[in-house]
Parts: sequence; C-alpha cells; structure tokens
Amino acid sequence: MTLVLSQLFTGISIGAVLLLIALGLSLTFGQMNVINMAHGELIAAGAYTVYVLQKVLSGAGLSLLIALPVAFVVAGLLGVLIEVLLIRRLYARPLDTLLVTWGVSLILQQVFRDVFGAPNVQTRAPSALTGSIHVTDDLVISSSRVFILVLALVAVAALTAGLRTTPLGRRIRAVVQNRDLAAVSGLATGRVDRLTFFIGSGLAGIAGVALTLVGPIGPTMGTNLIVNAFLVVVVGGIGQLKGTVIVAFTLGIVQSMVEYTTTVSVASVIVFVVIVAFLQWRPQGLFTLRTRSLA
Amino acid sequence: MFRIPGRRSAAIVAAVAAFATLTACGAKTTDSATTSGAGATIDTSGSSVKVGLLNSLSGTMAISEVTVRDSLKLAIDEINAAGGVLGKQIAPVSEDGGSDWPTFAEKAQKLISQDKVAAVFGCWTSASRKAVKPVFEKNKSLLFYPVQYEGLEQSPYIFYTGATTNQQIVPGLDYLKAQGKTSLYLVGSDYVFPRTANKIIKAYAEANGMKVLGEDYAPLGSTEFSTIVNKVKASGAAAVFNTLNGDSNVAFFKEYKSAGLTAASMPVVSVSIAEEEVKSIGTQYLAGQLTAWNYYQTTPGAANEKFVKAYKAKYGADKPTSDPMEAAYTSVYLWKAMVEKAGSFEVEKVKAASAAGGITYDAPEGKVTVDGATQHIFKTARIGKVGDDGLITEVWNSGEPIKPDPFLKGYPWATGLS
Repeated sequence: MTLVLSQLFTGISIGAVLLLIALGLSLTFGQMNVINMAHGELIAAGAYTVYVLQKVLSGAGLSLLIALPVAFVVAGLLGVLIEVLLIRRLYARPLDTLLVTWGVSLILQQVFRDVFGAPNVQTRAPSALTGSIHVTDDLVISSSRVFILVLALVAVAALTAGLRTTPLGRRIRAVVQNRDLAAVSGLATGRVDRLTFFIGSGLAGIAGVALTLVGPIGPTMGTNLIVNAFLVVVVGGIGQLKGTVIVAFTLGIVQSMVEYTTTVSVASVIVFVVIVAFLQWRPQGLFTLRTRSLA
Repeated sequence: MFRIPGRRSAAIVAAVAAFATLTACGAKTTDSATTSGAGATIDTSGSSVKVGLLNSLSGTMAISEVTVRDSLKLAIDEINAAGGVLGKQIAPVSEDGGSDWPTFAEKAQKLISQDKVAAVFGCWTSASRKAVKPVFEKNKSLLFYPVQYEGLEQSPYIFYTGATTNQQIVPGLDYLKAQGKTSLYLVGSDYVFPRTANKIIKAYAEANGMKVLGEDYAPLGSTEFSTIVNKVKASGAAAVFNTLNGDSNVAFFKEYKSAGLTAASMPVVSVSIAEEEVKSIGTQYLAGQLTAWNYYQTTPGAANEKFVKAYKAKYGADKPTSDPMEAAYTSVYLWKAMVEKAGSFEVEKVKAASAAGGITYDAPEGKVTVDGATQHIFKTARIGKVGDDGLITEVWNSGEPIKPDPFLKGYPWATGLS
C-alpha cells in the first residue's frame, strides 16, 4: 500500500512538472495556435535566471524566491520579442512559424552555450527543499517535489482566475473564441496576442525555475521536455486549460505506474502508443471548445 | 485571420514530436570513416608533432570530459617544457565530441586524415569508444582511452589506460562481499557500458551467493529518477551498484536522499563518480557513499603530490583531480615512453615497442606498466569513501597492481560472457 501511495505521489509530481511546462504552451499553442518550438529554450532561460541570481545573491532560498518573478519577466519578455519580431508576421503560415521558431530555438541554445558554457550547470537547492517529508514511517515524499506541485497548482489557479475574472482574461477568451468578431467589436487583437504570449512564455520561465530543483541546467534541457508537454496540450484538447491539467496528471501517473512494473524505455513507448490510440478515437482531444465561429 | 483546425495542428505536433524524439535519442546515423588504406599518415615535418584530443566539451558528458581534456593539456605542456618528444614539441588539436557518438566518429576521422595526428587521446563513454574504434582500425591510427570500462574488448589500435573490469568492478564486488552485503540493486545509464558491466556483475553474484534484486536503466541524460529510486527502496537491497554516467547522477542522488535512503541504510557503489562529479552533484548528497577506482586525489606518493600541485596551479586551487584525469595524464607519458623506445612516431613501431614490454611510468596512482599483450595497464584497485569535504579517501586497496584481464579469462564464473 505504501508503495502504491509513494508511486502515486511520484506520478503526481511528474505530472506537476509536465503541467508547469504545458501551462505556458496551453496559452501560446492552445489558445493562439502558435507552435513555438523555442518554448523549451524559454524554460532554459528561466532556469539560467536562477543560476545567475544564485551567483549574485548568495542565499539559495532567497534567490529561488526572487527568481520566480524575475524568470517570469525574463522569459516573458524573450517570448514577446520573438512574437513581435517573427511570429506576428507569420500568423497565417503555421508551418513557417514552426520552422522559424525551431531556428530561434537553435540560436538560443547556442547563446546559452556561449554565455554560460557548454557543460551543464547546477544550482544549490535551499536547505528546506533538499530534505523529505515523512508522511508515515515508510511513506517519504521529497519536499522539492511538494514545492513543485504547489507551484503548479498555484499557477493553474492564478491562470484560471485570471482568464475568468480579469478584463484581460475576458479579452483573451474573446479573441480565442472568435477572433474576427472580437476584432470588429473593437478589441486590439494584436495587443491581446502579445500579452497572451507574454504570460505563456513567462509560465515557461516559472517551469524552468522549478526544474532547477530536479536536475541540472543545460542549453538543451527544455527540448527534451516540450515534446511531452505538446502531447499533454493536444490530448487535453486545444485551448482547454481543464484538459491540460487532467491529462498532465494522468500521464504522470500512468508513466510512473508503468515504469514501476516495466522499465523507463518501455514506459515511454507504452505512453506514446496509448496517446496515439486515444487521438485516433478522439482527434480533437479530451475536451473541445464549442464556439459559433465558422473557422 | 487564418486558424488551424485542431485536428491538423495535432497532426503537425505529432510529427514534430516524433522528429524531436528521434533527434533526442541520437538516432541519426552518420557514415563517417571514408578513407582507407595502409596506415595513417603522420605529419612529422616541422618542429612539432600534432596529437588529437577528442572529448565532449558540450552536452551531458561535458561534466566529466572537460577535466580529462584539461589534464591531457597539462601533461602535454609539461612534456613540451621538458623538451618534447624526440626533439619535437607536441601540438594538441582539440575537438568536441558533443556527447554524441556519430560526432565522435566524424571528429576522429577529421583528426586522422586532416590534421594527420600521431595519436588521439580521449573518449569517455564506451558508446563513443565503440563509435570511433572502427575509424582507428581502418586508418591504422592510435587511440589512448583513459576511462574505466566494461572490458571484453581489445583493439590493436587502442591503448586502454583506465581500468578494465577485473581492476575495478570485480574488486568493488569483492569488497561488498567482504562487508557481508548479500543483495544488490543495479542502476545504470542505458548504453553499452552499464549493460555489459551488469552482465558481469550478475555472473559474479550468481557464483558468489549474492542476489541481484533488480536492474534498471535510464536513458543517458535522463533526470527523472523518482520511480527508479522507489523501486530500489522497495527492493530492500543491501547495496546499490551504480553505473549511471554524466549528470544523471545529479538527479539520481538528489532523489535518493529525498527518499530517505542514506549511505548507512543502503550504500551506493559508483564506478563513474570521481572527485569532479562529487563537487557538481553536491557533497551533501554523496557523503559516505562508496566509489571504486584506481586513483584518488588523496592517494599518497610524491608523483601524485606533484600532479595535484601542477593541476591546481594551472586550473585553480578549487579544482580536484580524479581517476580518469590521472589516467589521461598518464596516457600521454606512456605514449611518450613508447615513442622514445621506438625512436619513431610511426604507429606500427610504437605498437611494437609496447609489445616488447617494459614500458613503465611512475604515475600519480603508483608505478604503472603497460601489458604489451592486451595494451591495457597494470593498476591497483582502490575502494574509496566520499568525505564531507568532497574528497574521496581510500578504505581498501588491492595491495599490488592487478594484471589486466579484459576478457576475464582468469575467472571461472565469467566463462560465456565474452
């Protein structure tokens, strides 16, 4: 029983990491239909922010806390820069966007290499997050994982509340549901796009901060992770926050349970097969957005 | 405004995902070795002779391989300052293997045919060595490989200056057996070294009444270890034998500590973690854990004091020295000894000089002798314990240099492995 519980928690924590990465994507890809291949590098930018802050400020705990808002802004601004310079001009050409952002991703990776050096770097975790919490005598959960889970849940709650209640959120939803109608109603859709992209990219930065607690920081750390995050968004249903959350946790739990009984590689294969089968059955994903838009 | 329907964008993403996965797995194939013929040409015109340094300076293995490159350069500088080899200065040409095996093969070919080097020093993972092995054999050029490995190999064009299994893994297992550990859990990166090493460990365990309770592999560079650690913990094994490589170790040991496992409750014996890795993983995660090597920074002796001092003077007082660095440093001196004995840089003459026997060097790890028959070297096995200061102190050694036995012919339990 303890084993099942601790494996369940492992699954949830894998899901939380996935969710943090996928949240940003669910905005830029899900809501705006932009396939941003450089999303992984925005994650790395967030992680390197922690690294830099830790060099400047000595306290590991303090630098992690300060890194959260700073990484959000750094990655967000980087995202806006990409949007203004490139993506904005390519909204009607999704495949070109894909190629262009892939190029951006390669350029950013090289920039990280030149600035921070090619070898991966590590940060020190604050002492409060290096230990573990004993739920029972046998059931031990890692406190950094709990931190990531809480961070992911807070991010989801903030994003949901933001989209539901704030004027900006209403504008974002309006543009997503019917861009033309939103435009003729007087909404500056371009500005809404930019803000959406800022928030989506900023969330990637937050994910980067969280990932420094799990493993090393490197120029290609994000690329290895965004594939699964894209899958989460697609399976959850394009433009559906609810779907993203459910699928991230389900995928995490399935992955950890299958991995426990088989091996890492077999688990990845099985998860992939399950996803392909699911998309055959429901190509539109778990949830679909119903609008009266003709597109 | 154009919008992609969900179905189509999903298809695009699936295609992209498949592509990215392929790239991430390093599944690309490159046809590298193109030239063939009799013997590599070595450029000995001029006052210097080139040698190649082939190490991963980027990617997941850079954590370990950059330090090997640094100590190779130290040895070359020392030799040059003392007058060079056969009156020629050594000019190193450094190439980045990028933690990617086909790249290693490409760069090896470049060093041999374009730079016309006399020998190449480098490679860390067995996957990279296996990738370059045909290149060196085809071009009849020399590789000096400085890292402990899984044995069961003997290329006529490779000199192995790191430990083979009977100089590292087998003594490590002997040590665990002597400590009364009767069950093991095997954790490793998913490539040739850990898989072969674990095959050997399982054969040893079966013959020595030890139980292997589980065996898990993570992709090289993987940072998700919570499930593997849960499995290790649930198995209740007496010890863990760790063959993870690169910075996966960082994630593994962080997870190991968070799961409440310690060196006291379930010790981990690592064969790819040396002083440099201890520093980057974090001493708090590793203190008390065991390692199996042939050299530590703390190994006594005048030769080591000189090496450590020279290394710190060149690269910084906070830089530790480690076994692969020492084996790399030693490999340059061994090459020099062979060339001087042969009186030539020519590969076949150098090989003949080594085969004739008697190539020795007072290395930091102690006196090493090249075994001309196997092109491996005699090494003393040393088990160490990671201290709170991040240095490793020896808790046991084999007393004398062990004769290399890459195919484990002297061990009855190992029949059938090679």
